Amino acid sequence: MSLSITSPAFKENAALALADVDLQQALTHVERGFIEKRRKAAEALPEFEALRDEARAIKEHTLAHLDLYLEAFEAKAQHAGAEVHFAETAEDARQAVLAICRRAKARTVTKGKSMISEEIGLNDFLEENDIAPVETDLGEYIIQLRGEPPSHIIAPAVHVTRNQVEQEFRRAHAGLDPERDLSEPVSLLAEARAALREKFLAADIGITGANFLIAETGSSVIVTNEGNGDLTQILPRVHIVLASIEKLVPTLEDVSTLLRVLARSATGQDMSVYTTFSTGPRRPGDPDGPEETHIVILDNGRAEMLAGELREMLRCIRCGACMNHCPVYHAIGGHAYGATYVGPMGAVLAPALFGLEKTANLPNASTFCGRCEAVCPVRIPLPKLMRHWREREYERHLKPAAERGGLKFWAFLAKRPGLYRLATRLGLAALSRFGRQDSYASLPFAGGWTRHRDLPAPAAKSFLDQWKASR
Amino acid sequence: MSAASESERRRAAVIGKVRRALADDGNGDARRAAVEERLSRPRPNLVPARGQLTGEARLALFAEMAEKVSASVERVASAEELPEAVASYLRARNLPSELRMGADPRLKALPWDRASHLEIKHGPSDGRDLAAISHAFGGVAETGTLFLLSGQENPTSLNFLPEHHLVVLAAQDIAGDYEALWARLRAAEGDAGLPRTVNLVTGPSRSADIEQTLLLGAHGPRALHILLLGEG
Repeated sequence: MSLSITSPAFKENAALALADVDLQQALTHVERGFIEKRRKAAEALPEFEALRDEARAIKEHTLAHLDLYLEAFEAKAQHAGAEVHFAETAEDARQAVLAICRRAKARTVTKGKSMISEEIGLNDFLEENDIAPVETDLGEYIIQLRGEPPSHIIAPAVHVTRNQVEQEFRRAHAGLDPERDLSEPVSLLAEARAALREKFLAADIGITGANFLIAETGSSVIVTNEGNGDLTQILPRVHIVLASIEKLVPTLEDVSTLLRVLARSATGQDMSVYTTFSTGPRRPGDPDGPEETHIVILDNGRAEMLAGELREMLRCIRCGACMNHCPVYHAIGGHAYGATYVGPMGAVLAPALFGLEKTANLPNASTFCGRCEAVCPVRIPLPKLMRHWREREYERHLKPAAERGGLKFWAFLAKRPGLYRLATRLGLAALSRFGRQDSYASLPFAGGWTRHRDLPAPAAKSFLDQWKASR
Repeated sequence: MSAASESERRRAAVIGKVRRALADDGNGDARRAAVEERLSRPRPNLVPARGQLTGEARLALFAEMAEKVSASVERVASAEELPEAVASYLRARNLPSELRMGADPRLKALPWDRASHLEIKHGPSDGRDLAAISHAFGGVAETGTLFLLSGQENPTSLNFLPEHHLVVLAAQDIAGDYEALWARLRAAEGDAGLPRTVNLVTGPSRSADIEQTLLLGAHGPRALHILLLGEG
């Protein structure tokens, strides 16, 4: 088993991320770029908010009837000549892919971007079995060369600077002229395009993810800007689609509605460049396209989410808007989360997929500012669901004793208003001994807070005291 | 256990888990009827006002949206003029007079001999073509999107491998919204379902994966040229 979860070391990872100069420089692009682009795209479409409501309703309806839509999809996909493989666990999915590769005697596999592939640790597994996977999305290609997982679900190499990309290409591309200028993104792109074109034409199997599976037609849908996902599935003899159960959508009309909110929320485009609907293998007489199509549908803990509060998380269409708007993500990037899925959506999804024991730090890595929920195209109440996990964490005694003690002490105070007021006044009086100022750069017992940012000073009088005085 | 029964067991396990998790959602017959209704009579959801334009306004919006995503749009009055329009596109960009195309009868029927020296290659792309031409099934004004269908006459590789992709689109085939084209496609294909590949193409290939700098021509075409044929 190859997927490593580093979330238990979240605090150490975050501290390293905050001190990483290259990472901090790269992260400025997230905050500056994505937020403004999404805002403009949303404002330019008067119906955008109403479309979000419809998108939410489509996913709600589908999830409430998911068993039936899975069966309908399977029947249509089989009718079109595709083979459908259900996988309960990550291991089932890996074995299903390996069996297909073995039967096709595959040595090289090109890959379009797939988070399911990351979730099941597919690349390492294929390599262990002497099959060479080649990521073809430019960002995924860069991080594969660097031996890293993606740090963002739609911009996997957002943590990498152009200089680091140049270093990586010079290391990996044999025969690259040392004199050649690769200082600009445009020359880096040309280099990657040429290197990957050969891989596309030589691959035995192409593996892509799926943004949607359509029950009406048995089609899988991918959304890309580069065209790599298409070359991945047109050129090799065998196409494997990796999807999970919540990708189901009833009809072509329903997909059209979801597409209207997906790209706008993700990159601020009205529509991504390539939206491709693939239905089975090539038909008799077709001059190109795969001869075999396989669709692997993964559960991996999702069915259990359907039964409770977490069902809402299964509406997620993986646009990345929640992480693009998250102040915690802006500060530390994606790798610190250490569990494939990052940012607010990762903080809710990762505990369900990988267990709360390993990932309990993630739902705590939020200020509950609510920006993620405000921009989510399918209106997932992400702060509420992170709170769900914090409650489970407390119930299951997963918090350190000191933190449990602190929470108990706070609860004791909060239930006794007189005592609470007294404690607040004493605290304010103690703070005033350090001098009146707007914020404190360091304070005794508060190093954990002030090491990376100042502590804002509280008002001179508590809210309750001010309230009383104004009455 | 054999591989076949093992995969049958997994299928039953996944669908069974989903069904049990939804057990509280009520009566099975009503759920089945709701799904059947939704799948057998697909209905459009909310369509934005910009997807409901007609006539010249719809055509103008298509061109505006396509150009906004860096496609180029050229109006061509009649099919007879297409070969010369293609030849001059290639000349203007210093490209060799070579063009790849499938076996689409609408393209084959054009008077290619009118464009002197244009060398035409047929069949799927070998990955070395500089320019290819396709005929679109339709266009969507809302976002300047082309619908391209795979089939015996239309290799999908032409949409992705060449550096320059030229696409003929009849002005009368431009719809306001995606929904109109899905309805048209269902009517055209009947029980056959969708073709193996339906490509919705909105502008030329691009990537912003290096420092969020937007660049054209990532793996697919660097240029998308739409030849808009006739009147709406």
